[in-house]
Amino acid sequence: MNPHLLILPILLPLVSALGLLLTGQANLAWQRRVSLLATLALVGLSAWLLWLSDDGQIRFYALGDWPAPFGIVLMLDRLAALMLALTAVLALGCVLFASAGEDSQGSFFHGLFQLQLMGLNGAFLTGDLFNLFVFFEILLLASYALLMHGSDKPRVAAGLHYVVLNLVGSALFLVALGTLYGATGTLNMADMARRLVELPEDRQVLAGAGALLLIVVFSLKAAALPLYFWLPSTYAAAPAPVAALFAIMTKVGLYAILRIESLIFGAGPGAALIQGWLWWMGLATLALAVIGALGARDLRVLAAYLVLASAGVLLASAGLDTPQADAALLYYLVHSTLITGALFLLAELIGIQRGKAGTRLVRARRLRQGTLLGWLFLVAAVAAIGLPPLSGALAKLWLLQAVDATARPWFWSLLLLATLGVLIALSRAGSVLFWASHKGDTSGSRVQPLQLAGVLCLLAGAPLLALFAAPMAEFTLATADQLATPQRVLGALFGEPTALALQTEESP
Amino acid sequence: MEALFSLVVGVLTASGTFLLLRGRTFPVIVGLALLSYAVNLFLFSMGGLNTDAAAVIGDSTAPSDPLPQALVLTAIVIGFAMTAFLVILAVRARSELGSDHVDGKTGEERGKG
Repeated sequence: MNPHLLILPILLPLVSALGLLLTGQANLAWQRRVSLLATLALVGLSAWLLWLSDDGQIRFYALGDWPAPFGIVLMLDRLAALMLALTAVLALGCVLFASAGEDSQGSFFHGLFQLQLMGLNGAFLTGDLFNLFVFFEILLLASYALLMHGSDKPRVAAGLHYVVLNLVGSALFLVALGTLYGATGTLNMADMARRLVELPEDRQVLAGAGALLLIVVFSLKAAALPLYFWLPSTYAAAPAPVAALFAIMTKVGLYAILRIESLIFGAGPGAALIQGWLWWMGLATLALAVIGALGARDLRVLAAYLVLASAGVLLASAGLDTPQADAALLYYLVHSTLITGALFLLAELIGIQRGKAGTRLVRARRLRQGTLLGWLFLVAAVAAIGLPPLSGALAKLWLLQAVDATARPWFWSLLLLATLGVLIALSRAGSVLFWASHKGDTSGSRVQPLQLAGVLCLLAGAPLLALFAAPMAEFTLATADQLATPQRVLGALFGEPTALALQTEESP
Repeated sequence: MEALFSLVVGVLTASGTFLLLRGRTFPVIVGLALLSYAVNLFLFSMGGLNTDAAAVIGDSTAPSDPLPQALVLTAIVIGFAMTAFLVILAVRARSELGSDHVDGKTGEERGKG
């Protein structure tokens, strides 16, 4: 394979974004075609990278050919490839949906969308902490602008909160980076892992503080308990295709947590410290998210709380840090991202046909295409709740199995109660939306083929993930195995048995 | 020098945090600006504080670490762009929501409904 191909997932959206931004809003049909083509190419590319990564080899790309600890490296392992593929599929659904008309409400939708993809892909690929910060900023800047797309009042208010909170998060990120650099003298993730093991006692404390600060920042992105209050209003206010793409944004935070937990702090004392916090924060987030879902009076807010609930489950399982839990977590991550994305798109379609009531859960006009939307909603709801036969049930069962005996009482009771809560919330929402309607005329435009294609693209994930559960589980198990052995990254990058590798080999 | 430096960073952070917690958008933006000054200074010191050390090997016996300077530059540029965006957003919120409160209206106004 040509080594330069590794940077393509970043370059492709960048180039298409520049092209789309420079040509302006002149010809929307042309813009849609370019954006769709670029996203399709990204899907193909990331599928190929996924296939490549499955041989277990970890690939690196040194930017500017600067050798590893000094320059920035991109790193492709199974986890990064999985996240890239997930992002591309989600993006394809969103672009399809947006091309039906949502993109004409403001300027530069497609250009900003591609920029956001570039930031996401970069964050998943990079192996350098400061570079991670830069890609976070890119994806955040694009997300600010996308959030305001075709702005109205709630969007501006929610957007202001979102921007200010994330700016504070960025400031904390920089402080954490400064602290870690001060303690270890490097920003390369693998190099930092190597040096953390050899760190003298007095600097360990400093590194621990830096690690916890990083966790605070990533918890803000992943929407963990004390830091999630921005999420429901922001996601509910965003335009549907943007909200659906934002379903992956909380997962970026989780990805970063997984990455630093396994790679950087995996062998040191920092990991235990982080995991304790993650476990309790995740469980509390899950509990509050379900209460929020039960209280939601709007389908979009309900979907936002479902994003939050999935973030809670993911954080709690990340806190366990057993290979089994990590593998189940990754399967659940793919499932929940696609389904919550589909729910946001569906909410928009339902809202269009309900006249003034929109997505609010009140008695309103009869839907024009109640049967079609009803069936789609049923599939999405069954998957989101975690009822058989779709992927949600498998994901939750696996998670329940993966938890070891001591943690079971908390996790089992909370996850099962949460499932019941989501079941009640979604079935109540469904019965109000589809059955409690006035007699009389229907209104609103029919579902357009492109919108349907977008929803189906995401919704197809649920049956497909269930059908191909075995190869998928094999892949996530191998990913978890790769995460559990960070010394392989060091070996592949520096080509020598390091102190970390020796230490972990001695004490398995 | 270390004491003075950390005092400056501390005071900047404290004032930035205080202003961030205010209810109007303007103090919040000023607070964010102060916070980012503090962060930039902090980043600048992350390679260690020393005098008479050029960031060029050979010019001084103990060269200074060039990496923090590059990082601060990146952080300043990003921070600048973000602040500009936030100012525009705040002006727009003021005109669309009819109030410069961060929630769109103050607590008393909300109480009245």
